[in-house]
Amino acid sequence: MGYRTQITMKQTYIYEDNIISSLGFTTQENIESIRSNAIGIRITDDPLLYPRPVPLSKVDPAALETRFNAICEQHKRSVAPDSFTRLEKLLITSIREVIHRDDLNPYHPKTLLILSTTKGNIDLLEERYKAKFNHKRLYLWELARIVQTFFGFVNTPVIISNACISGVLALITASRYIQSGTYDDVVVAGGDIVSEFVIAGFQSFQALSPDPCKPFDQNRSGLSQGEAAGAIHLSSRKPVGNSRMVTLAGGATTNDANHISGPSRTGQELSLAMDRALQQAGIDASALNYIAAHGTATAYNDEMEAKAIALSKAEQVPVSSQKGYWGHTLGAAGIIESAVAVASMRNNQLYRSAGFETPGVTIPLNILTEHRDAEVDQVLKSASGFGGCNAAVVFKKI
Amino acid sequence: MRQFITAYTLIDGFKCMVNGRLLFYQENILTFADFIKALYKQEQVNYPKFYKMDALGKLGFIASELLLRNKDIKSYPPELTGVVLSNSSSSLDTDIAHNETIRNREHYFPSPSVFVYTLPNIVIGEICIRNGIKGENAFLVSESFNSELIAGYVTDLFSRELVKGCLCGWIEVLGNRCEAFLAWVENQADVAETKPGPFNPVPFDAEHLKLLKNQNDR
Repeated sequence: MGYRTQITMKQTYIYEDNIISSLGFTTQENIESIRSNAIGIRITDDPLLYPRPVPLSKVDPAALETRFNAICEQHKRSVAPDSFTRLEKLLITSIREVIHRDDLNPYHPKTLLILSTTKGNIDLLEERYKAKFNHKRLYLWELARIVQTFFGFVNTPVIISNACISGVLALITASRYIQSGTYDDVVVAGGDIVSEFVIAGFQSFQALSPDPCKPFDQNRSGLSQGEAAGAIHLSSRKPVGNSRMVTLAGGATTNDANHISGPSRTGQELSLAMDRALQQAGIDASALNYIAAHGTATAYNDEMEAKAIALSKAEQVPVSSQKGYWGHTLGAAGIIESAVAVASMRNNQLYRSAGFETPGVTIPLNILTEHRDAEVDQVLKSASGFGGCNAAVVFKKI
Repeated sequence: MRQFITAYTLIDGFKCMVNGRLLFYQENILTFADFIKALYKQEQVNYPKFYKMDALGKLGFIASELLLRNKDIKSYPPELTGVVLSNSSSSLDTDIAHNETIRNREHYFPSPSVFVYTLPNIVIGEICIRNGIKGENAFLVSESFNSELIAGYVTDLFSRELVKGCLCGWIEVLGNRCEAFLAWVENQADVAETKPGPFNPVPFDAEHLKLLKNQNDR
């Protein structure tokens, strides 16, 4: 049997997932918040983050402490909760829920952790943390090692740091490992915190919206920064039960080869990633029930994405950006937005694109303006980022 | 079909080798900035955007340039060429530079031209722009060069026929410490068509990647 035959045969099943954001600590809590039209982005006046008030989506610090302390108490070794950074707490809390619910064995030699983050423990560059945490924690492999050790994963985690496509790329990488038989179970976890570092940077780009972001809207004026962590467990093992299962059926990345901070003028390259993901999944764009777009709410991104969707002949497909709920969560974005897409498939429900009122891209898209019940069997998630990178992944019920 | 490394660049300790031949070494160089400028001048690379790049961008750009300038990578469709890179410190070198611009509220000057480089994959973008590479791209982080990780990832891309040519390796800068190892990988059939050069292609696998990268250590 050839390798290609093998990779077309092994399915990648989606097991448990978790979302920690301003809207809740589980996927279910987040979905309930979305259903009730809650918006997690709030004007935040925190001089430690930015000299002026700025819209941000933040995870409730006290609630995180409570949950993380409880996890530490139940841990078989004695661990001091305050010896972990904010991002480490977010990641561990998120992964813990997935592992716990699926009763996953991290010690198994065919189980892997993939970590997606753009900036890791970047807050440790700030003076206030210098005495508390070792400088080494700024290295992403040290962050990954701390998470790995907490759970006892035997394999060294794979770390993906590829700007805003990190999360989607981590999911694609996981499915490739599973399809090739390299690993049977992969936990993909991602996270980034809201930091002075990133806020100042986006502000210097004039990319931050003065109000909560409005993806695809005519009056959109930039992105909102958000912090979040997410985890998804993918496996080659067919789950027990008769109900239809969600699988990761295809995925690809491309590069614009055009500009390091501006997207493609044509959207051709993102469209190519979408076409490849669809082809691997064996479906036509017209068969998609939902597109979970990147939708950062910057003028250029949303326009490019609309062009790409049209080039892939998917402009009729219901589409939304979830960033209107929790902003741009960087390394978590691809994971938590995929988790919502998977929830849409499981619940057969589509959720509205928060912040969208008036069409603001040159190509008419079928943007979701309200929550509604629908048969959701095939979904595409896309992402694009600095460095000209694009990624698309297709989820399919079988 | 098997894949072969048909060209590679190795930069370590301000010394630069291409396909196993020493290309650049000057004893009196003490800083990364001096080294990269001298290498750029000696090799007569003419690419004005180079001066805008951060250290990681400059190192990756030059290392790829020295390797690809004699390769006919345009013979491949752009969508079937890719870049997979890795390093240890991500973009920490530029993170520190950006952090310097925001540390002091009385002297607060964050700049988009610095901030954009606070992502390790920007160097991939620079290489893609220069060479018209439009296929698969990924930036992976590991404590030290992990030949199995890179060989596994890139071999999988070839198996899926997502790439016919792929640049891969290690690109690390922090302060004045720099290290680069880039390899161009392509299918055997395509190798047979290329003109015989000074470097005999070696099979692409974890073992050969490790051997080529560590040859200076022996």
